[in-house]
Amino acid sequence: MTTTDHDRGTSQGTQELSAAGQTEAAERLRELGAVLRMSEAESLQADLDATADDQRMIINMGPQHPSTHGVLRLMLELEGERVLRTKPVVGYLHTGMEKTGEDLTFMQGTTNVTRMDYASPLFNELVFCLATETLLGVEVPERAVWIRMLMSELNRMSSHLLFMATNGMDLGAVSMMLYGWREREETLRVLERITGLRMNHNYIRPGGVAADLPDGWRDDVLRLLDLIPPRLEEYDTLMTGQPIWRERLQGVGVITAEECLALGTTGPILRSTGVPWDLRRDMPYLAYDQVEFDVVVGTYGDCFDRYAIRLNEIRESMRIVRQVLERMPSGDFRVQDKKVTPPPRARIDESMEALIHHFKLFTEGFKVPEGEVYVAVESPRGELGCYLVSEGGAKPMRMHIRGPSFVNLQTLPHLMHDGLLADAVAIISSVDPIMGEVDR
Amino acid sequence: MADATTPADPTEAREPEHEPVETLHGAPVTSSRGQRVAHPARDQLVAVVRALRNEGWLQCLDVIGVDYLTHPDRADLPEGVTPERFEVVYLLLHHGERARLRLRVQVPESDPVVPSLFAIHPGTEAPERETFDMFGIGFEGHPDLTRILMPEDWEGHPLRRDYAIGRIPVQFKGAPAAR
Repeated sequence: MTTTDHDRGTSQGTQELSAAGQTEAAERLRELGAVLRMSEAESLQADLDATADDQRMIINMGPQHPSTHGVLRLMLELEGERVLRTKPVVGYLHTGMEKTGEDLTFMQGTTNVTRMDYASPLFNELVFCLATETLLGVEVPERAVWIRMLMSELNRMSSHLLFMATNGMDLGAVSMMLYGWREREETLRVLERITGLRMNHNYIRPGGVAADLPDGWRDDVLRLLDLIPPRLEEYDTLMTGQPIWRERLQGVGVITAEECLALGTTGPILRSTGVPWDLRRDMPYLAYDQVEFDVVVGTYGDCFDRYAIRLNEIRESMRIVRQVLERMPSGDFRVQDKKVTPPPRARIDESMEALIHHFKLFTEGFKVPEGEVYVAVESPRGELGCYLVSEGGAKPMRMHIRGPSFVNLQTLPHLMHDGLLADAVAIISSVDPIMGEVDR
Repeated sequence: MADATTPADPTEAREPEHEPVETLHGAPVTSSRGQRVAHPARDQLVAVVRALRNEGWLQCLDVIGVDYLTHPDRADLPEGVTPERFEVVYLLLHHGERARLRLRVQVPESDPVVPSLFAIHPGTEAPERETFDMFGIGFEGHPDLTRILMPEDWEGHPLRRDYAIGRIPVQFKGAPAAR
């Protein structure tokens, strides 16, 4: 409770979970009671329920554990097989990307942010560019908007397919892992054809996108859209209706809507509790108000709902992609503003001015008017936001990414509470954290 | 200046009635690129957030620290709000009205402490720890204010503007001395 001593040096071990008997009441309140709106005494009571301290054991899970999705470390307090308390310890992948972002121009910023959530890099680029464009007051051409939507939805598919793979693997369905990776690779192949890279695309740039869609993109995407639905049917046969799969997931890791709202949770976890909140529909950005899709919600808030939501979101994404294919407008793929977007390659050979613009853009970058702005998009994991503060220069003064995984990880102690250790892996998997985004 | 929406700016040809800025539970409200921003004082913060929560601003999505060391005289603050070195920004969400609201709280360098919102929005637990870790801003009433991203024995707060970005000595436990 000595929080007024704000600048004290923290001593070793303070990030860790200490035994229940040594934990202060306020911290116990944090772990459980505050979210359930209990009083301090009630939450102590709820947790202690007559187990002696020496019956409990604290174990570390991770950071080097194949099922913790990277370098997540969990400290679990167990009583036999029962998980009493959980504390996620993060920071093992912290590389100071927000600090790096302050040293890169707005032009270079997308290269940096795309490496945060490495399973859905295009969303990071998108949110950074939307924030930059809001500060600049630039209107993006329609074709660029629809290209961005196409790329977002393809990326959502690949990200959810990755979830299908890892979720299957974590629960012992190894064949599912192979199928999931296989389909994800098909999706990444399309992304590679368009952007040139499988991951960390750096494709969406302030003012539009880096390059126009290549010849034959329509056939590639159509081939993908024909390929994936039968595979999803296979997933249904293999897992959705299968009794073992249901036994492992249904009723495991249950969370309520109230808890989710209190914890700032967004995305599939919030929707699994029955709250139909999807930024694409509720606060439309790009042109999501012009396409038709359903927001998939669950009922019970358990691992199975979160699995089913993601599976069906792949189908909804394909629905959106089909509409984008039909309605892709022609025109520019980036804004024709010499101060923001580089000139086409051919112009550099013939025009001195174009060369100067190109040089200036890539050395100094463009100046962004003073101000601060927050923009959010619906990433596969929830609300992905970007808070930008510009002091009028070519580099942001502050670039903050609100990573949904970072906030969503706070649900883990509540999902795990009173569950079995064997279910812990299923629960971590269903939260679908990407540590690159948690630690940034 | 593109940012011409600040109602407190007297040079703007706005209706004079708008002069005594719109307030929200006593906190002046401005607009930044069309987004609503409220500027509660530090001691108002908890009361404002609590009142807003009762009005249906159910989620606090994030807590963000900003260090204005290199940019002290910013133009987007309303009258009566003294710019300080640090700012803590809270993002609130109203699901019913589908609206967003940002709270910007000024935090002086000499006493970098703000009240914690943990009791109202438990989801601010991790973001407040992150802000403490990165800026050294304390959150009074936070149940477990420790570093979250940096190692426990790290010195300094990396996202402060006077924290150099270049090479730094390796500070991990047991590592050989700086090269």
